[in-house]
Amino acid sequence: MSGGLHEAAPGRALRTLDLERHTVNVGPQHPATHGVLRLIMELEGETVTRADPHIGLLHRGTEKLIEYKSYLQAVPYFDRLDYVSPMCCEHAFALATEKLLGITVPDRGQWIRVLFSEITRILNHLLTIVHLALDIGAQSPSLWGYEEREKLLSFHEAVSGARFHANYFRPGGVSKDLPAGLADEIWAWSETFPKFLADLQNLLNDNRIFRQRLVDIGIISAEDALGMGFSGPNLRAAGIAWDLRRAQPYDKYGKVEFDIPVGRHGDCFDRYLVRINEMGESLKIIRQALQKMPQGPVKVQDNKITPPKRAEMKRSMEALIHHFKLYTEGYHVPAGTTYTAVEAPKGEFGVYLIADGTNHPYRCKIRATGFSHLQALEMMSKGHLLADAIAVLGSIDIVFGEVDR
Amino acid sequence: MPLLDRTARSFLLLEILSGMAITLRYFFKRKATLNYPYEKNAISPRFKGEHALRRYPNGEERCIACKLCEAICPAQAITIEAEPRADGSRRATRYDIDMTKCIYCGLCEEACPVDAIVEGPNFEFATETREELLYDKQKLLDNGDRWEPELAKRLELDAPYR
Repeated sequence: MSGGLHEAAPGRALRTLDLERHTVNVGPQHPATHGVLRLIMELEGETVTRADPHIGLLHRGTEKLIEYKSYLQAVPYFDRLDYVSPMCCEHAFALATEKLLGITVPDRGQWIRVLFSEITRILNHLLTIVHLALDIGAQSPSLWGYEEREKLLSFHEAVSGARFHANYFRPGGVSKDLPAGLADEIWAWSETFPKFLADLQNLLNDNRIFRQRLVDIGIISAEDALGMGFSGPNLRAAGIAWDLRRAQPYDKYGKVEFDIPVGRHGDCFDRYLVRINEMGESLKIIRQALQKMPQGPVKVQDNKITPPKRAEMKRSMEALIHHFKLYTEGYHVPAGTTYTAVEAPKGEFGVYLIADGTNHPYRCKIRATGFSHLQALEMMSKGHLLADAIAVLGSIDIVFGEVDR
Repeated sequence: MPLLDRTARSFLLLEILSGMAITLRYFFKRKATLNYPYEKNAISPRFKGEHALRRYPNGEERCIACKLCEAICPAQAITIEAEPRADGSRRATRYDIDMTKCIYCGLCEEACPVDAIVEGPNFEFATETREELLYDKQKLLDNGDRWEPELAKRLELDAPYR
């Protein structure tokens, strides 16, 4: 308190107490922190001077666990990294293993993976956008978004049997073919989705409250974004058209047409706009994938890597032996290293895999997207109000399953 | 002119009104919610729910204690002990699944060569104590007897894809 009314008592020094500056603890159990983030914030009044994220509360030792699992057993662990976009994480691991094995997935398998990667992307962006809106006070988008997500999750469930933890993309392809009729259902959904997207944009894009809370909040320049290791929509919002699907196409991404939405200012509103436009682009890819998908096998037809059909396994001794070998020992991957990355909805999700010729990885380093985005939180929220820091946190789209691994 | 346009839009609260119009439209749309315990979403034949051990139509249990499911289980939730029975056939004397460890990946069902262990359509098996989720062989066989018609149907529907 400067310039206090009370004079110091004679003979005693005046002690100044700075009540304006204080440290608050946000989280780890707070819905606005999107999981278990503990944020130590130093505030001057309501202005953030320091934001220190404390992570690791969801650490499960995934990387270490994978070293003790066969390649097939490691797949479910990837669902649990970024649990908002599970199939994209599996995709990175499947591609890395395939690269070391030196195999190519049949066309239909690749198209199914593209299809479900994009469905996952829409799932992820829907959640991010509606939760960003919820964080800054708009409730209806989140309820509508969940309705749309439920439709997409039913597609997840129809192919894999689980709404989230799919265990569907496997090294060598996907576990099972699409059930009959699912392609038509997805097509029918893809015709209704633009309407929903238009409604969402009409509701949010011009809304003055939404804009006031997001425009010019948490600006990050293109140089800073690159320096901080940004990727994905957050990097594109800063003005850099970098997309791994275009820069180093994997699976069938080289054969689809889509645009890369790019922002200009790198603020929260641009990050929102990039995501909402990316959903439209994903929809284009989904429709192309459904049109271009040929008939045929969905996984490598090599019983040393993928299990034989069940009917065959019950008849043929050789198939039975393959089946037993694959589900006990698994396959051996030739020694080698690879860094394979995919454009996950949140950015570059990479797997650095070292194989030593045995049936389990020697090391599996996971490059989480949210980790580098989170480290820029202080930079982006410094000088803003406490409530804006929450908007910044919502706009960079972090999930602690992958940050903490 | 753009300035006038923008000012007019701002003062007339146009974007707020159009947003409210959308909200009103959604208000009169058909409800998407389900009255849960009485209404449920449809699930696919591939759904990975509560486990069950199946029997052959003559009542003989299918599991031959080959331990493939135990070997593939990434969470190490399955424990099997086996002994030859009096009639000489090999059967599990102990088949435990720790449902609190299980991650419902479905690999046990994929691995089982005799379609004995399956993940059924039941997802409502919450319990009040942790101990009730440590399933033993009897509990799993009972599940199988209870759900057999549905288990057989879902295996039949999914057979072309497996």
